[in-house]
Amino acid sequence: MSDFQSTISEEAVLQIRNLDFYYGDFKGLINNNMDIARNKVTAFIGPSGCGKSTLLRTFNRMYDLYPGQRAEGQILFHGKNLLDKKQDVNLVRAKIGMVFQKPTPFPMTIYENIAFGVRLYERLSRSEMDDRVQWALSKAALWEEVKDKLQQNGLSLSGGQQQRLCIARAVAVKPEIVLLDEPTSALDPISTAKIEELVNELKEDYTIAIVTHNMQQAARISDYTAFMYLGELIEFGKTDELFVKPKIKQTEDYITGRFG
Amino acid sequence: MTDAVNAVPLLGEDIHAAQIRKFRFQDMLFHRVTLLFAFLVLAALIGILVSLGMEASPSFKEFGFSFLWTNVWSVPDDQYGALIAIYGTLVTSAIALLIAVPVSFGIALFLTESCPVWLRRPLGTAIELLAGVPSIIYGIWGLFIFAPLFAEYVQPYLQTALGDVPVIGGWFTGPPIGIGILTAGIVLSLMVIPFIASVMRDVFETVPDVLKESAYGVGCTTWEVVRNIVLPYTKVGVIGGIMLGLGRALGETMAVTFVIGNANRITGSLFAPGNSIASTLANEFGEADPGLHIASLFALGLVLFIITFIVLAISRWLIRRGLGAEGV
Repeated sequence: MSDFQSTISEEAVLQIRNLDFYYGDFKGLINNNMDIARNKVTAFIGPSGCGKSTLLRTFNRMYDLYPGQRAEGQILFHGKNLLDKKQDVNLVRAKIGMVFQKPTPFPMTIYENIAFGVRLYERLSRSEMDDRVQWALSKAALWEEVKDKLQQNGLSLSGGQQQRLCIARAVAVKPEIVLLDEPTSALDPISTAKIEELVNELKEDYTIAIVTHNMQQAARISDYTAFMYLGELIEFGKTDELFVKPKIKQTEDYITGRFG
Repeated sequence: MTDAVNAVPLLGEDIHAAQIRKFRFQDMLFHRVTLLFAFLVLAALIGILVSLGMEASPSFKEFGFSFLWTNVWSVPDDQYGALIAIYGTLVTSAIALLIAVPVSFGIALFLTESCPVWLRRPLGTAIELLAGVPSIIYGIWGLFIFAPLFAEYVQPYLQTALGDVPVIGGWFTGPPIGIGILTAGIVLSLMVIPFIASVMRDVFETVPDVLKESAYGVGCTTWEVVRNIVLPYTKVGVIGGIMLGLGRALGETMAVTFVIGNANRITGSLFAPGNSIASTLANEFGEADPGLHIASLFALGLVLFIITFIVLAISRWLIRRGLGAEGV
């Protein structure tokens, strides 16, 4: 364990303890320990293959879909271990939403893209659902652009709009945590700026965990940053401190561009 | 661009020009030859259609369009109508699809969504091998093994259970003799399952993982992902697979000939023997006399050709409509 504080003073919504992750025989994560602060943005940075996406995908147990992948250790969420076999994964995923690297609108209308997830867990009247869709799209700063074409296919939107649609979809089910896995890496700078702005607003209501390859992005939008390398959490701390005065040499080398 | 190329003569002008001429000639030759091959297909298609039409024309002259809906096929009286065979073909194919589509859907889903990795390959291979079994084998198996068992253990129970139900009760009347329309439909369904299932599996596999993950990411169960994401995403391919199965079922000859009973009459019961277009052709061509009988068989062939054509046209239309609705 490195000489930094893996816990935080604020309220932690996720507590990761002794987390190991295996792809078959390959160990993808080694003894990770950290807290994710409520209503803050936590960024994960590190070179490709360092395990940051893997870590994110343990939070909603997405790895469950793939035989041969398994996690050991604890991820505490409301005092319960998410990794527990008895834990209902669908409920976990409704509480911990995810947005992916590439926009993934469902093959249905814009309206249905939002309503679909909501309908899985809530029974809303038509007008309540209309309100929810508008609310979610407004949250994702997309409402003004799509309000006249809600019945069009989600795939007809531009890449940046599609990604905001996916964020709206994740937000619509009112999760506690939203996981963003390199959400802007397939987008142009303007769409990227919009998403970053959005992340800033969303943290009032949600806890955000974001994986990014872009260190400036991490510095701009996050409150906490975790630097990972070869499956290990090298350094974790407040973003200001980590970027300005990294405690560990490897972190400094990475953020100053000397390796990575 | 051209200037730049001309400005740098690589090997000296003459050789260069000769080389280019040679390439151009080869290209042209290649183009013509492939064009010829492509047109051979078209020529074969048209040739088949024309020769079927010509051979069938005496029959159409004699019976007119009423050939299509005349419920008679009598060699002694030299009276022929296609209705019995069309009915048999359509009903057996419908039964086959009714059974094969849900089963294939289940197979494809299991293979792509919930099958353990170690079982995936052996199962997939088994299904593909099943598609390669010659149809005569299905025929022999259907006649000597399946039909007797079906007559003894299934038909009586179907009769007791469903025989008194209004409307569909009539389908299950008559002596349980094993062979007949229903048996042909069931054997056909076994034959088309591998085709439909492997097409469905292939198209289900085209759904991007990340799209499925997004759906799981909002809390969907596997069924909800399949119902709302996989199926809409792949509906075109799924319809294509079903149509492929239908095409095969319509034209299947040997297996059906073995088990359908080859009786030239229409009864309401699915237990009763009947005849399909392909099985009529297979049974009667050998001993048909030149004249109206042969011409009527050709006419039947033409009808089968046209039905298959219509099936393909409908599937194309459905597919285009499916694409339109997705707004891609």
